[in-house]
Amino acid sequence: MVDRILGRGPKAAGPAPEAAPAPTAADQKAEVWARVQLARNLRRPRTLELLAAMADEVIELHGDRLFGDDEAIVAGFARIGSHRVAVVGQQKGADTEENIRRSFGMPHPEGYRKAMRVMELAERSGLPVVTFVDVPGAHPGPESEERGIAEAIARSVGLMTRLRTPIVTVITGEGGSGGALAIAVGDVVLALENAVYSVISPEGCASILWRTTDEASTAAAAMRMTAAEQQALGVVDHVIPEPDGGAHTDHEETGRRLKAAIVRELDRLAAIPIDLLVDQRYRRYRSLGAYTEVVTEGPAPVAPPRGGLADRLRGLIEAGSRAIPAPLQVGRRDEPPAREDV
Amino acid sequence: MPVKFPDFRPRRDTFPEKLWTRCPSCSEQLFNKALEKSLRVCPSCGHHFRVSSAERLAHLLDPGTFEERDPGLSSQDPLGFVDQKPYPDRLAAARLATGLTDAAVWGFGLIEDHRVAILVMDFGFMGGSMGAVVGEKVARAAEGALAARVPLVIVSASGGARMQEGTLALMQLAKTMAALERLRAAGVPYVSVMSDPTTGGVFASYAAMGDVNLAEPNALIGFAGARVGAGTIGQELPPGFQRAEFLFRHGFVDRVVARADLRRELAALLRYLAPGAAEAGRG
Repeated sequence: MVDRILGRGPKAAGPAPEAAPAPTAADQKAEVWARVQLARNLRRPRTLELLAAMADEVIELHGDRLFGDDEAIVAGFARIGSHRVAVVGQQKGADTEENIRRSFGMPHPEGYRKAMRVMELAERSGLPVVTFVDVPGAHPGPESEERGIAEAIARSVGLMTRLRTPIVTVITGEGGSGGALAIAVGDVVLALENAVYSVISPEGCASILWRTTDEASTAAAAMRMTAAEQQALGVVDHVIPEPDGGAHTDHEETGRRLKAAIVRELDRLAAIPIDLLVDQRYRRYRSLGAYTEVVTEGPAPVAPPRGGLADRLRGLIEAGSRAIPAPLQVGRRDEPPAREDV
Repeated sequence: MPVKFPDFRPRRDTFPEKLWTRCPSCSEQLFNKALEKSLRVCPSCGHHFRVSSAERLAHLLDPGTFEERDPGLSSQDPLGFVDQKPYPDRLAAARLATGLTDAAVWGFGLIEDHRVAILVMDFGFMGGSMGAVVGEKVARAAEGALAARVPLVIVSASGGARMQEGTLALMQLAKTMAALERLRAAGVPYVSVMSDPTTGGVFASYAAMGDVNLAEPNALIGFAGARVGAGTIGQELPPGFQRAEFLFRHGFVDRVVARADLRRELAALLRYLAPGAAEAGRG
């Protein structure tokens, strides 16, 4: 019970060291927050830096053919190892001037429409797609809404669920909500060790649920947004270790490690027939999420269970703690779940 | 550790039910029974109040034709999420307050004799937020519509993805879009109706992607919450920003439809989108 309130279920995610004394909630919060800061580090390698370290050739393509060219997303072709691939990724700036040009890495709709154009081109050309995700969130301004940021994200997510070519996704830094997912639907999802992935920024979560952004680190811990925790939830498949001190200390080494993982996945996915691959991808996303199902005949039972309030709550709480291991089982790439309703 | 259970005593039983509602738009005092009769639209200014999923189904479907599917789905707490109170407590409170198991209800029914798969969201259940259950029901509604080859109608009312389920809630965007892409590929029509509010992850997935998009007048529809947007960008927002008419002006909504006309409009559209469905409904 206490464990559950502290958000540390016995089977909860995370590589808890066995010999060391159990980490307190405060320690854990600090550790998660340190990773969020690493994921946001200004010198962290972005898509172009990673490609420079791991690709023999990069040809960038520009423009969405509808409105303009959004430099918060880069897209084009690259040769990684023996693979010619299409690449799509977010690109934050290294300094203020570049950040203004690249909207601080927050894409407008035209960025996602450029991504979709290149992904569809990859499908027609028989090229696998590799995406690099590092975004605080899609651009939230009025011009972004006017040009349909929600439509662009929805369409891109939909396209990726059915694209008839292998997709390898890497969360390299901040995986910020829908702006991240729009280019992060893949056959395999990798994450760098200090990358984070969340449904809303910790600041946004804190301002809504705690009514103050001061609790951002608490929200970050509660959302279990680190790469290791995301792997435990089945959202991320493999975590790639970073050089000591973080990816920003050694771009070359980070790129080398990432390249090995990407090439391995591209080799593996290339051997899977495309119909099976697309079907597996469908089932991967179809099975994510934790719920229970009571199959009833006839109309829905609205009557609450018998017993006092305490009994009912205890029942709910037990259902909640039973829930913890279940989702941890799903999402293993190599063997798609036999049942969809996990 | 002592646990303080929240007080869920149903207050309705101890206090007389409110008889009057003040319209937030024109400040008119409205008699509740009259408000119900006008489909919860203010008779003097046309303000559309939010409606529950049950009221919405009653407004749209032919009486007595709704067959609910998958009522037994309920969310778990995969993250062990605790903010001001634990997520399971929030769920329990929402269940007791609404009598629903989660923020969406789906099933089959008839709209002027057209058989449809219909999913309606309920803002009263944790802000209509989309967690695993809402995502699953949307996916099953799309799959159900595909299997029965009847049109899909979704009425959205949601603040977005449910934060308490973390990235698993975010993944519902992919789950729902994957199912809708299959529906689209099979040529089965889908009409999206956006009511107040339709924001965040729900707008950025199935709500924006109808073959035809309808919206109720003045409904708040947008991706980034106004607070988030203004706070991050520090920019002034244009008047009427993120309202149904704003979306209409910018080409993301086909028609802004008053609630009283919604059922008739849907039926008229279905006669073009799925001419065969009326016969199927009678059968």
